[in-house]
Amino acid sequence: MHPPPRLFALGDAAFTVEFGPPQARDVPPDIQARVLGFAAGLAELQAAGGLPGVIEWVPTFRSVTVHFDPDRCLHRHLADRLQALAAEGRQATDSGRKWTIPVCFDGEFAPDIEAVAVACGLSREAVIAQLTATEFTVRMLGFLPGFPYLSGLPASLEMPRLATPRPRVPAGSVAIAGRMGAIYPWDSPGGWRLVGRSPVTLFDATRADHPALFAPGDRVRWQAVGPEALAAS
Amino acid sequence: MSAGLEIRSPGLGVSIQDDGRHGHRHIGVPLSGALDPVFLAAANGLLGNPAGAAGLEVLLAGPLLQALDAPVRIALAGTMGARHLTVAGAGRAVPAWSTLRLQPGEQLQVGSPCGVGYIAVEGGLLTPPMLGSRSTYARAGLIHVVTTLPCRAPLGFGERQNVALGHEDGPIRVIPGPQDDHFTAAALDHFYTGPFRVTRQRDRMGLRLAGPALAHNQRGADIVSDGVTPGAIQVPADGQPILLLADCQTVGGYPKIATVIRADLPRLAHLQPGDEIRFRAVDADEAAAARAALARRLSDWLAGARPAQAGGDPDTAVLLAANLAGAAVRGDDPHLWPD
Repeated sequence: MHPPPRLFALGDAAFTVEFGPPQARDVPPDIQARVLGFAAGLAELQAAGGLPGVIEWVPTFRSVTVHFDPDRCLHRHLADRLQALAAEGRQATDSGRKWTIPVCFDGEFAPDIEAVAVACGLSREAVIAQLTATEFTVRMLGFLPGFPYLSGLPASLEMPRLATPRPRVPAGSVAIAGRMGAIYPWDSPGGWRLVGRSPVTLFDATRADHPALFAPGDRVRWQAVGPEALAAS
Repeated sequence: MSAGLEIRSPGLGVSIQDDGRHGHRHIGVPLSGALDPVFLAAANGLLGNPAGAAGLEVLLAGPLLQALDAPVRIALAGTMGARHLTVAGAGRAVPAWSTLRLQPGEQLQVGSPCGVGYIAVEGGLLTPPMLGSRSTYARAGLIHVVTTLPCRAPLGFGERQNVALGHEDGPIRVIPGPQDDHFTAAALDHFYTGPFRVTRQRDRMGLRLAGPALAHNQRGADIVSDGVTPGAIQVPADGQPILLLADCQTVGGYPKIATVIRADLPRLAHLQPGDEIRFRAVDADEAAAARAALARRLSDWLAGARPAQAGGDPDTAVLLAANLAGAAVRGDDPHLWPD
C-alpha cells in the first residue's frame, strides 16, 4: 500500500499533487499508474467544466503539477477538489501505443557506447543487444520540448550521468543514464551517456494537435539500423 | 500597403514575447512570455492593446527599427530611451512610457534598458503564433527568424504619455516549499534572512544567487524530478539558489525551498548582477492581496496616462542611460540544466 497523496503549493498559481516520495531511487510503475489515473481524472473533470481556472497540468514520474490562474479560481476550493480526486486512487497504465524507433549504434553516433561496455563488463554487441531487447515505457516528457524519460533500462547497463555535462549534445542522440533511456529532440547541453542516434522527429510545432511524438504510458523499442537511415532523414 | 517594422539592427537580447505559451508544459514546452508582464501591459495599454499582446522585449540593447510603407504606432515601457529619426535624418529624443508614430521610412533607435524594457506596437506584433503564442523560445525552434515584423496601420488614436511605472521594493515574497522539508532549520533561517546577491549567471531561464549556503538535511539535494514554474527557487547540492524565470524548463530535479508569488515575478526581471535581495514568506491570502494591489497599480497608472504634448519630451538625459556592458546574458549555462 502507498501513503495517501499529498498536495503542495508551488507558489500561488500551481499545486503539485504527489503520489510518491521525492527521494525514491526508482519510482515503481504503480506510482505512475496513479499519476496517469489522476491526469485522466483531471481531463474528465475539465471537460465537464469542473475545473474553472485550471490552465494545464504536468504529469511526472511521481506527481502531477496543476497550473491555474489564481484570479479565476479559489485557491482553497481547487486544493480541496484536487485532493478529493487524488484520493479516488484511480489508475491508468498503458497508453496502448507502441513505437519502434530506428537507432544507429555506429561509432561516430555513439561516443559513449564503448565506455558503457567497458564499465558494465560487456562487449559492445552485448550492450546493443540489451538495448534493443528492452521495452521502455515513456514515464514523462520534460527538460526539453518532446524529451522522453524512458524507464526500463536493465540494471546491467546502469551508469551515472557524466560528471561534466557536454556543452552540446546533437539532436537525435539516444542516451542512457541511471536506469533510464532518452532521446534528445534538440541540440542542447546534456550529461547522459550517448549510445546512438535516431532520425526520428520527436517534436514538431507545426503538428498543432500533437507536437510531441510520445505521450506518457507509450511503449518504445529501439531497433538497430545502419548510418544510411540517418542520412535519409 | 503593408504595415510593419523592418529590423535594421537587431540589438542584443531582443525577443518577441507575449503573455506566454500556455497549455504545452506537459510535453516539455516552457511557458515563456514577458519577464515583466506588467511593463509589457503598460506599453500595450498606452496603445489600447490587450495587456498580453506581443511586443519586443529588450534585455541588453534595443534594435533599430524602420517603418515600412505605412505608419506604425509604438509605445515604450522601461527605463529605456529611444531616438526617432526622420527620413531626412533629423532626430529627436523619445522618452519611455509614451507613444509615438513612425511615418513610412522613419526609424526608431531604441537604447539599452536598465533591467528589461518593452517595445509595443498598436495592434500587437502579428508574427504567426506557434503553439498558440508568439513568444520566442529559440532552444526548441519556436522562433521566427524575420527581417520585418508585421503589424497593422494605426486606427487614429492620439499619442499618450505617462510618468514612469515603478515596482515595489522590499523583500521578494514567496510561498514556502514544495520541498522546504529538504533543508536544515539553519538553512531555512538563512534563506529568510539573506541577503542573496545576484550573480552574472542569468538569462531568461533563470538566475543564480549567491549567499549563505543553504544546507540540505538527510533527505538530500536530489529529488525525482517534478514540476517547476517561473519563480520556483531550486537549491542544488552547492547550497546556492537558482531562481527560475519565464523560459525555465517544465520539470526539475533539485529541491525547491520556496516559490516567488505571481505579483513579485515582474520585479525579478530587473535584477542586475550585484543586486541584493531578501525573501519573505507569505500565504495564499497575502499573495492574492499582492496580485490585486499590483493589478490596481497598473490600472491606476493606465488611467493616469494623458495626451502627449506636441514636440515630445526633449529630455535627452533619459536616453541610452543604462550601461549593461558587464551583464552578459549566457544562453548555454549547463548548470541550469539538470540533464
